[in-house]
Amino acid sequence: MTRNIVVKVLCVALLGLLAACGSKRGDRTLIQNKGSDTLVNVAQAWAEAYAKKKPGVAVAVTGGGSGTGIAALINGTVDIANASRKMKQKEIDLAKSKGIEPKEWVVGYDALAVYIHKDNPKNQYTLKELADIYGDGGPTTSWNDLGVKIPGCGSAEIVRFSRQNNSGTYAYFRKTVLGKGDFKLGSMDLHGSKDVVDAVEKTPCAIGYSGLAYATEHVQLADVARDANGPYVTPTVNSAVDGSYPIARPLLMYTNGEPTGATKEYLDWILSAEGQAIIKRKGYAPVK
Amino acid sequence: MSSRLPRTLPDLDRRNLAWFVDKGMQVFMFVGGISAIVLIIGIFVFITKEGLPFITGSMDFAEFFTSPNWRPTSEENPTYGALALIAGTASVTGLAMLVAVPFSLGAAIFIAEFATGRTRETLKILVEMLAAIPSVVWGFIGLSLMNPLIIDTFDVPVGLNILNAGIILGLMAAPIMTTIAEDALKAVPDTYREAAEAMGATRWQIVWRVVLPASRNGLVAAVLLGVGRGFGETMAVLMASGHSINMPGGIFDSVRAVTATIAAELGETVQGSDHYRALFTLGMLLFLVTFVINLTADLVVRGIRKK
Repeated sequence: MTRNIVVKVLCVALLGLLAACGSKRGDRTLIQNKGSDTLVNVAQAWAEAYAKKKPGVAVAVTGGGSGTGIAALINGTVDIANASRKMKQKEIDLAKSKGIEPKEWVVGYDALAVYIHKDNPKNQYTLKELADIYGDGGPTTSWNDLGVKIPGCGSAEIVRFSRQNNSGTYAYFRKTVLGKGDFKLGSMDLHGSKDVVDAVEKTPCAIGYSGLAYATEHVQLADVARDANGPYVTPTVNSAVDGSYPIARPLLMYTNGEPTGATKEYLDWILSAEGQAIIKRKGYAPVK
Repeated sequence: MSSRLPRTLPDLDRRNLAWFVDKGMQVFMFVGGISAIVLIIGIFVFITKEGLPFITGSMDFAEFFTSPNWRPTSEENPTYGALALIAGTASVTGLAMLVAVPFSLGAAIFIAEFATGRTRETLKILVEMLAAIPSVVWGFIGLSLMNPLIIDTFDVPVGLNILNAGIILGLMAAPIMTTIAEDALKAVPDTYREAAEAMGATRWQIVWRVVLPASRNGLVAAVLLGVGRGFGETMAVLMASGHSINMPGGIFDSVRAVTATIAAELGETVQGSDHYRALFTLGMLLFLVTFVINLTADLVVRGIRKK
């Protein structure tokens, strides 16, 4: 008897669910938005704010890395790809061979901060010092090499936190800090901007890089100088915009050709004062 | 017309509902039965199709198997050396077996030979429940529980390393090994035990000298299946091993597993690129290794049956 009732209730619930799904799909436009982990927080905030403004349009945001978003754009599965690096010529050629015309939009700027443990006394680095730590063939492997003693880090080994190799953050850091060089193997390649900051917080021997927006009070942000003479600049929204902080980059969105309809309206809104106020609130620098 | 009808009637008569159900179920069962074969061939063909252009094209065999330099996204000079990944998987699986074999064989011997009644039933259920814990939960344990524990206990800079991943993987592989090993022990006829007991052997002597040698093949199969489980595990290893390309020199080194590399990178590569195909080549390697391990385990089990 009870089993019968359970079955009936389930059936009714299922029918209701089907009806609800059906009606929603009918009158809503869906924009697929995927890519950079650096941008995923702000993309989510944009999507939520836009959903309130235009209930008829739903923006589905997924992270995964700039490479994921660009690959998805090339494979034709997203409307907008988020990227924290420019598309490579190879990727543009591949996209064109598949009939996709990538169009680039600068939606903000980000300072790529160098994170160190809060007990680490050395909080100023030149790009050369970072390259010696991170770069293939770089001589610095121990904090002793830099004359630094960190409480809680007995072995003095520099534990390098990095990102998985399709991340835009990874690619941008490599280009800006290592030039044409590659990363030294043996770094911990984590799978998200936030993970790097969390890992640095818990590891006294650590150094890591991640977007400025992921900073917390439990870690230190290092000041970075272009060379030994240059001023050491603290990463902030302002130093990213005026270009004085050496590791700042544009945040990009890519569409297939000139966007139309809902996608165009969404991008216009992102670049409007309202959209740009949101990116600033999330800790990135606005375009204007 | 009417004279023909009686001749066909008996035939029609047999095709009642039961006949259709019977035929239908036969077809259904047949499809179910061969689906495993069809699927495994399909998967193999798919992986090979995606990976083969890399193997026949730009792959450098010497580099792939002897170089630890896995730099698929390098701008200047992409290299596809998988040695560090293979060594990472092997070292983590090896340590996992060191952890899992004593535990699971001990548990299997206890359940099959010593425990009785309610203890035995409870233990069996608990071991099976252990096998049902999702691998991402094991990964979390490695990341947030074992990591600080290893840092504090051994005073090493990071706790995400071979030791961490090996212990986690060992605990994951232990339940399946216990279940299979226990089956192998139970398959030893009681007459063996009775004969040994009649000759005055103690219970440990029975286990050590009679039951274990008699069930040797089954136990080897259990261990091999555990190895296969360890080889193929992805999520927990990705989270606990540190995901760092390193030639392992000790149990406190961080490493990266083949499976974890595929999981972390495949979603982000452009279809058809060298990187994408190289990852499928890694998949082929994994497929072949687990296939050989499972086949060996199967042949070993068949070995006991023939005796």
